[in-house]
Amino acid sequence: MATAGFRPCGDFKSDYASDTRIFDTAASRWWCVGGVLLLCLLPVVSETVFDLKYELSLLIQIGYLGVAALGLNILVGFTGQISIGHAAFFGFGAFASPFLNNNFGIPVFFAIPLAGLMSTAVGMLFGIPAARLKGLYLAIATLAAQFILQDFFGRADWFSGGTHGAPAGPFTIFGFAFDSDASYFYVVLVYVVALYLAAANLMRTRDGRALVAVRDHYLSAEMMGINLTKYRTMSFGISSFYAGIGGALYGHYLGFVSVEGFTILFSIQFLGMIIIGGLGSIMGSLMGTAFMVLLPEVMDGLTGALAGTPVDIALGLKDNLAYLREVAIGVTIILFLVFEPDGLAHRWQQIKAYWKLYPFSY
Amino acid sequence: MGDGITRPSDRILEVEDVSLAFGGVRALTDVGFAVAKGELFAIIGPNGAGKTSMLNCISGRYRPQKGTIRFQGSDVTHLSPNHRATIGIGRTFQNLALFGHMSVLDNIMVGRHHLLRSNVLSGALYWLGGAQKEELAHRREVEEIIDFLEIQHVRKATAGTLSYGLRKRVELARAIALKPELILLDEPMAGMNLEEKEDMARYIVDLNEEWGMTVVMIEHDMGVVMDISHRVMVLDFGRRIAEGLPAEVMAHPQVRRAYLGVADDEEVADEEVAEDGAEAGAGR
Ligand SMILES: Nc1ncnc2c1ncn2[C@@H]1O[C@H](COP(=O)(O)OP(=O)(O)OP(=O)(O)O)[C@@H](O)[C@H]1O
Ligand SMILES: [Mg+2]
Repeated sequence: MATAGFRPCGDFKSDYASDTRIFDTAASRWWCVGGVLLLCLLPVVSETVFDLKYELSLLIQIGYLGVAALGLNILVGFTGQISIGHAAFFGFGAFASPFLNNNFGIPVFFAIPLAGLMSTAVGMLFGIPAARLKGLYLAIATLAAQFILQDFFGRADWFSGGTHGAPAGPFTIFGFAFDSDASYFYVVLVYVVALYLAAANLMRTRDGRALVAVRDHYLSAEMMGINLTKYRTMSFGISSFYAGIGGALYGHYLGFVSVEGFTILFSIQFLGMIIIGGLGSIMGSLMGTAFMVLLPEVMDGLTGALAGTPVDIALGLKDNLAYLREVAIGVTIILFLVFEPDGLAHRWQQIKAYWKLYPFSY
Repeated sequence: MGDGITRPSDRILEVEDVSLAFGGVRALTDVGFAVAKGELFAIIGPNGAGKTSMLNCISGRYRPQKGTIRFQGSDVTHLSPNHRATIGIGRTFQNLALFGHMSVLDNIMVGRHHLLRSNVLSGALYWLGGAQKEELAHRREVEEIIDFLEIQHVRKATAGTLSYGLRKRVELARAIALKPELILLDEPMAGMNLEEKEDMARYIVDLNEEWGMTVVMIEHDMGVVMDISHRVMVLDFGRRIAEGLPAEVMAHPQVRRAYLGVADDEEVADEEVAEDGAEAGAGR
């Protein structure tokens, strides 16, 4: 057995249980557990020692977007499908949860998972025809889902409040409202940990393997007894579930959901997250989301630092910041596709492998 | 039917009058044969003869335009490929078809698909829904297959990075993991060196004799076919031109013409000698 602190520099597994773990060493598992515990302290620190409200809001954003991005990665990275309508399912969850809460008095605590299930149903509805399509045709079909849902949000006053949008009540447990960043942070953290673990588990069991098999070689997957239509549709369902949960968390965080946000551009940003993080990597989904959320922060910082310099004068940084952000996202995606097609997660693995063998790197 | 199978109940696979065409290309024309339970049956024939098409019809990749295919007595002609896998038909491919980005272990575990019971929910809950227990139990059985095919050293490797010979072996392992009653092997030894071929032949014989699987194998290497197969069918231009014991088939004039390219006048003289060989072959 590996002891914490040391990484075995070979493959020494003495039983199958330790061989099928999510984390390859006890050390990396404790690092992760420790990381989550540290995160748990953040709101406390923010309330008592120094104000971390802004950092917390960024982390919350990474959390709910990260959940949705993982869903897209299951569809695109693990199953080899494509979707350019992910933001619409995210939006559907964001409306569905307050809808259940406002109209039927279902507590937010239950409305969020129910919204996830409703998104699953809608996702599978769009997924059924999509399961028979490939490549460009599939892309167009999901694009249709994007526009149909977006249009639906705008018109269905009963569901989304139409152009007025919908108020979303706070998350409460036994009367305690998680309505500050410091408290809502825990709600998001629990969802992130639970849903990331669930995905990691899924991928090491029957149905997860079937999804990857469909991606890698669908003809031989079929010969191995895998029902292609079922798994392609299921993949849309799982992906929409994650999107719906992410969206619901987003809705109750903001307290108000308006129809404008869930555009195709947002869908493409989700794709950017998983490309940057690493297609077919669970942790990569979170890394890519963090990258995408923090990129504008870094750009704002750079703009401040470069104020008054020739670069600033030439580009008019301050006035063009909004455009430059879009450009930066586009350029980053292209750079990753060219130079790091396996994403941040792969780079991280290589760094880990290097240290594992250090100083004997060969 | 004259196929050497005495009791009809012994027939695990029956192919009747199967015809398959791709546009103008007639890949198979009225092909019929039967395979007995426990048999090691070989299909031979020149390139483009329709051998792979025949396997594809049995495994469900292609639907014949005419004819029926019965497996263990029931008509499977219209079953989907994934359904056929679950009732006991496994196969390997002529052109490697592994899941390239998955580990060898996961590739083989995919073969267990229809034997595993966990679903999305119980899989995601892993520790709670019994999925872990099931995974470990099947993992143990998969390790037996890994030991049998001597691929322990690559079980963690990514399938796409392996050598050709190893990939062929992993594909066989994956097919065995299905626990099929009938296993279809499409040129399992193609592109292998002599040593690898000998290993593979040994695995196939063991599979047949010790694991009790019925094998239908396409193979070009006549030495191997003569050595290990119980009966042979010869296809040429999509038609069955001969079927019988290996030595019988080898002696068949049409086979010699089509497959071995022997000139007509030689073959008459050789025929008597080959007939004796057939008697000897029947004794094994
Ligand atoms: N999917 C397909 N579409 C069109 N034609 C096909 C298809 N599959 C097979 N054929 C044709 O059917 C004929 C038989 O092909 P098949 O692959 O069954 O031959 P084979 O006996 O396996 O040959 P080889 O020894 O080269 O593997 C060939 O003429 C081939 O071109
Ligand atoms: Mg062939």
